Amino acid sequence: MSDLAAARVQMGMSLAFHIIFAVVGIAMPVLMIVAERRWRRSGDPVHLDLAKRWARGTAILFAVGAVSGTVLSFELGLLWPGFMRVAGPIIGMPFSLEGFAFFTEAIFLGIYLYGWERVSARAHQLAGVMVAVSGALSGVFVVIANAWMNAPAGFDLVDGQITNVRPLAAMANAAALPQVLHMTLAAYAATGFAVAGVHAWLILRGRRAPFHRHALAIALLVGAPAAVLQPLSGDFAAGHLARHQPVKLAAMEALFVTQSGAPITLGGWPDAAERRTHFGIEVPYGLSLLAFRDPTATVRGLDSVPPDLWPALPAVHLSFDLMVACGMYMALVALWAAWLAWKKVDLSARRRFLWATVLAAPLGFVAIEAGWMVTELGRQPWVIYGVLRTADAVTPMPGQMWRTGVFALIYVFLAVVVTVLLSRQIVRSPMHTGEYRGVPGAGAPG
Amino acid sequence: MSAADVLAGTLVLALNAYVLSGGADFGGGVWDLLAVGPRKAAQRDLVARAIGPVWEANHVWLILAVVLLFTCFPPAFARLAVALNLPLTGVLVGIVLRGSAFAFRGYGGDRDVVQRRWGRVFAVASLVTPVLLGVAVGAVASGAVGDAGRGTGDGFVANYVAPWLAPFPLAVGVFTLCCFAFLAAVYLTLEAPEGELREDFRRRALAAGVAVGGTAGVALVIASPAAPLMHHGLLSSSWSLPFQVVTAAFAVSALAALWTRRYRLARAAAAAQVSLILWGWVGSQYPYVIPPDLRIVDAASPPATLHLVLIALVLGAAVLLPSLVFLFRVFKANDRPSAIRHQ
Repeated sequence: MSDLAAARVQMGMSLAFHIIFAVVGIAMPVLMIVAERRWRRSGDPVHLDLAKRWARGTAILFAVGAVSGTVLSFELGLLWPGFMRVAGPIIGMPFSLEGFAFFTEAIFLGIYLYGWERVSARAHQLAGVMVAVSGALSGVFVVIANAWMNAPAGFDLVDGQITNVRPLAAMANAAALPQVLHMTLAAYAATGFAVAGVHAWLILRGRRAPFHRHALAIALLVGAPAAVLQPLSGDFAAGHLARHQPVKLAAMEALFVTQSGAPITLGGWPDAAERRTHFGIEVPYGLSLLAFRDPTATVRGLDSVPPDLWPALPAVHLSFDLMVACGMYMALVALWAAWLAWKKVDLSARRRFLWATVLAAPLGFVAIEAGWMVTELGRQPWVIYGVLRTADAVTPMPGQMWRTGVFALIYVFLAVVVTVLLSRQIVRSPMHTGEYRGVPGAGAPG
Repeated sequence: MSAADVLAGTLVLALNAYVLSGGADFGGGVWDLLAVGPRKAAQRDLVARAIGPVWEANHVWLILAVVLLFTCFPPAFARLAVALNLPLTGVLVGIVLRGSAFAFRGYGGDRDVVQRRWGRVFAVASLVTPVLLGVAVGAVASGAVGDAGRGTGDGFVANYVAPWLAPFPLAVGVFTLCCFAFLAAVYLTLEAPEGELREDFRRRALAAGVAVGGTAGVALVIASPAAPLMHHGLLSSSWSLPFQVVTAAFAVSALAALWTRRYRLARAAAAAQVSLILWGWVGSQYPYVIPPDLRIVDAASPPATLHLVLIALVLGAAVLLPSLVFLFRVFKANDRPSAIRHQ
């Protein structure tokens, strides 16, 4: 493996790992504060128990997210010094803001976790809200920085030199809004469905405690609306790509030839050498219609740029299809949940619905990982689209494979431990009504 | 004073905050590793309770410093990341293992074997990471990163190992570890309840304080040939004599206060002493970010970026500082009850 490839593997691995924890850090606090709010209102100890258990899960994941985020801030330089030299002045701003947001989240999570009996009810709920808001903001800022890599703005390039740097214009880049919307909704949808799926599974396994019914309801309350809105934000993002990153869109849709009335290709194996897609299902006019709202619109294909500027085709196209499939499935389950809720049916009594929710549990995270493959691999060979190639940004230091190997081991190890710890938290959740050992202050809203 | 100078100063302030808070958390890990005697378990428990609610917030100071560095002084960041790639990678591994081990120990269940295993990882990572951080600082101070970053060396060792694997950076590494352990022990005298546990940490603080002095002496002696710029700045410039006197006065006060069991005074003096040491290093290499050739003004981003970052810093501080004060008032007030539940 070349040093460049090894560096890309390490960066991809670090991001794929971190994003799970980042996403949970955005959405989990919302579940936690909804549960606490319900407890404060009703005095029902089940909701207090839920808030505390969710807070504990958030704490484990937040701690891992904090350290894996630190790793990323260093890796930007350790792996891509050439990128940071160019990008630092232009796009360091959202990273600075993210630093503040993350700091705020860490402070108030500390207060939330350890402050149940030390601060007033109001201050405690406010701390929870601060965690949720700053968590969402730190995600927004990081995504803005990534969006800039896709749609660079806020500087002039004169003879290969960066001049006239305008950091605010860089933050207001064309990709920022579509990417921020898409990623933030993804965080709530994925986390909501993951939690809902866990409790649906436990209900199916015979745990009848109201704990799980309430947990399912709150998790769907957070996850379902986001899942329903997500295809709309995806459509918005695709419209942006059609105008600003046509090569990425062409790779996602496996469109080799620029054409009007372009079809949409589902699945299949894009073959870069033969310039065609094997076994794909074509929907005539689909792509033109989706991208430009006009069945005869011209969509740029891969042939609009030389092949050395093509991203890795099968990976981008199949990741995209996988993401869309997962997202559509979740949206359907979310609509089903809404329908049942509207009919005032007890969700936890519908076995088929519960099974559908269990199946949706991992899919949000699968969609997130696949979506990041699309946007990151789809930008290659550029690290800053049209400005700087990834190969020119990598560290000159040789022997990259060794470090990639070390980090791979660490991530595998951390993933195993987190899984074990979380599953222990889940296994220990209440079996039946009336099991509230070890919940301090249960039953006494204060 | 230019915007770049102000931001460089802010970066050092963030580092200073990290040393005083996050550094002490590492030091806590050292005392976890060195816990001995009949109150071994109580010592470890005290460390865990002291670190628990605050370590993540403390840790963010480092992220803030890194972010300020790459936003405001990107060439310096790129150069450090290349020449000090190996020790910084080691720091990262240490940070990951320390943080996650601490969290896992807290939530991993009460079985002794689980506790001991994670405790060991937590403690060893707490020992190694400060040394590597200090090594990186020592390498910068010695001027070796300036040369290596320009690519004058030949071969892997010359470019990526020689800048930091030298007596002076290593001495600074050990010195940093002693400083962190000293801070932690001093803070823990205030976290401990009255009695023998407090005495344990008083003795540790005294020993660590002496070690800080000893390792500082060694580093300074080596600095004469190895880090001439810093050596000159610390010993022969106009501000150096009064500065040294004040730092030494704080060092002596910290030890005297520990000796006479005036712990609040000891904490203030120890924090001042360690902060002054950090600022002494910074002062000795001003106006260079990376001596001997990269000055603050050469490395600085365009003014538009610097001004915006300054505005962001003011706004961010307006949210952060009150929040931090609240966090510490809630958890570090002296009326702490005997147990905080680790939920």
